[in-house]
Amino acid sequence: MNYVFYIAAAVAVFSTLMAITRANAVHALLYMITSLLSSSLIFFVLGAPYIAALQAIVYAGAIMVLFVFIIMMLNQGPASTEQERVWISGKTWVGPTMLCAVLLAELIWIVRGDPAWLPGKTIIHPKDVSKALYGPYILVIELASMLLTAGLVGAYHLGRREPERREGES
Amino acid sequence: MNTALINMAMQTTLAAIEPRTIAQRAAESAHENLWITAGYFLAAIVGVALLLSFLGMALIYIERKVAAAFQCRIGPNRVGPWGLLQTVADTLKLVFKEDFVPQMADRTLHMIAPFLALLVPVVLLALIPYSPALQVADLNIGILFITAIGGFGVMGILIAGWSSNNKWSMIGAMRAGAQIISYELSATLALLVVVLFSGTMSLTGIVQSQEDGWWIWRGHAAGLCAFIIYLVASTAELNRTPFDIPEGESELTAGFHTEYSGLRFAFFFLAEFINMFTVSALTATLFLGGWMPFHIGDWTSFNSAMDAIPPSIWFLGKVTAIIFVIMWFRWTFPRLRVDQLMHLEWKVLLPIGFANLFIAAIIVLANAYPYPVAGQ
Repeated sequence: MNYVFYIAAAVAVFSTLMAITRANAVHALLYMITSLLSSSLIFFVLGAPYIAALQAIVYAGAIMVLFVFIIMMLNQGPASTEQERVWISGKTWVGPTMLCAVLLAELIWIVRGDPAWLPGKTIIHPKDVSKALYGPYILVIELASMLLTAGLVGAYHLGRREPERREGES
Repeated sequence: MNTALINMAMQTTLAAIEPRTIAQRAAESAHENLWITAGYFLAAIVGVALLLSFLGMALIYIERKVAAAFQCRIGPNRVGPWGLLQTVADTLKLVFKEDFVPQMADRTLHMIAPFLALLVPVVLLALIPYSPALQVADLNIGILFITAIGGFGVMGILIAGWSSNNKWSMIGAMRAGAQIISYELSATLALLVVVLFSGTMSLTGIVQSQEDGWWIWRGHAAGLCAFIIYLVASTAELNRTPFDIPEGESELTAGFHTEYSGLRFAFFFLAEFINMFTVSALTATLFLGGWMPFHIGDWTSFNSAMDAIPPSIWFLGKVTAIIFVIMWFRWTFPRLRVDQLMHLEWKVLLPIGFANLFIAAIIVLANAYPYPVAGQ
């Protein structure tokens, strides 16, 4: 299983790098889907099949497909690719690189410490996740669902077609 | 002492004859002999290739014969006995045609797209329990895995349409994307009804939960309703008539595969037919009892006669029946317009699906099945 983890991790890092550096938006998105899928595989190897499936369904499946759909529909030509190429060169790298260095340092610090925390010893089944979600965390679920309902109502309001004005009305 | 020994012997024999999936057997062999594992891999590759080509050709032949019968024609009858070799001849023709990539197309994506489209149904084939002894892998998260992988079928189509750099391909791909994303919701809601009833997400577990009656009967109206919703929604996900506006030839030439020829076109075609098989097999597994034989209450002699038919024949029979119904749809309903398509999903199927899930939850809570099961 270790080999699977390392291969998936390598694919994730490579595809994330490619997703950041591609100038063509559709190529970048496809790389990002690959990255999300490989992180889903990493979840699976670590013993969380349910989270792995959710990662694939929600992020890689639903959200990214929608992204690809929109980007393809806008169908930007070579001009936007050129613009993007200008944007991702030069000074823009400084800030993100520094933040990433902080994260990397943190990661190294954790790994150098106690290895007992490392997951993968137990497999968490869908039933365990559901019991936790609808047991102690039921209030959070309700809040999240309220938030989603508010979002839905807001989207409906924004997308509503204005009733047509008749002649003579201001 | 004696009884303990007998018990142990019983358990070992039970473990020996207990049906295991092919993936489990391959994993166990890895500890013993690497060559056996390699053999499993080789057998899997050859098996999948043979299964795909056979299944594809058989389904295309059946489709043409069924279509001919609906239109009072004879159908293919020249090449080979009863025209059986017609599909083989057509496949050979496609193999030898030029594989054309338009000059302004995104070359890499244009080449990859057909394989992506075919990959999804092939992966799903591994999860289906064909009989108690024949299943490639039985995942604990089976249903979730199906929704996760099934959602990627649209990626191949979207990439094909976009990379072709052609208006018709693009519009076809956009229509396919919108359609598949929308109808996935209803299909998943119908799947959830079965998950509620059976209390498990593993496909073998779902088949075993139908020992006392298939969910289409045992779930009252909710089971039947979920069955119909799933059949309609998955027909729409297949992009088959009456939901085939992504490749509506009267307006879009051929939709997303306008720019494809030769073997890559054949891959899209094959993907469509393998998808049809996968969807029918899933419908049979979830709602029609999979490989379980048909039983009627206390009719012992009738039931034992039904038991005499092997499980794999039961499974294939149910799948064939559903495939026939899907082909029947094609010659019964006219093609829907885009707005009618969206109306059907968002304003008809989705509300019914939600209400159905609610009713199913009540049935499960009240344990109000027609045939109560011990231990449920």
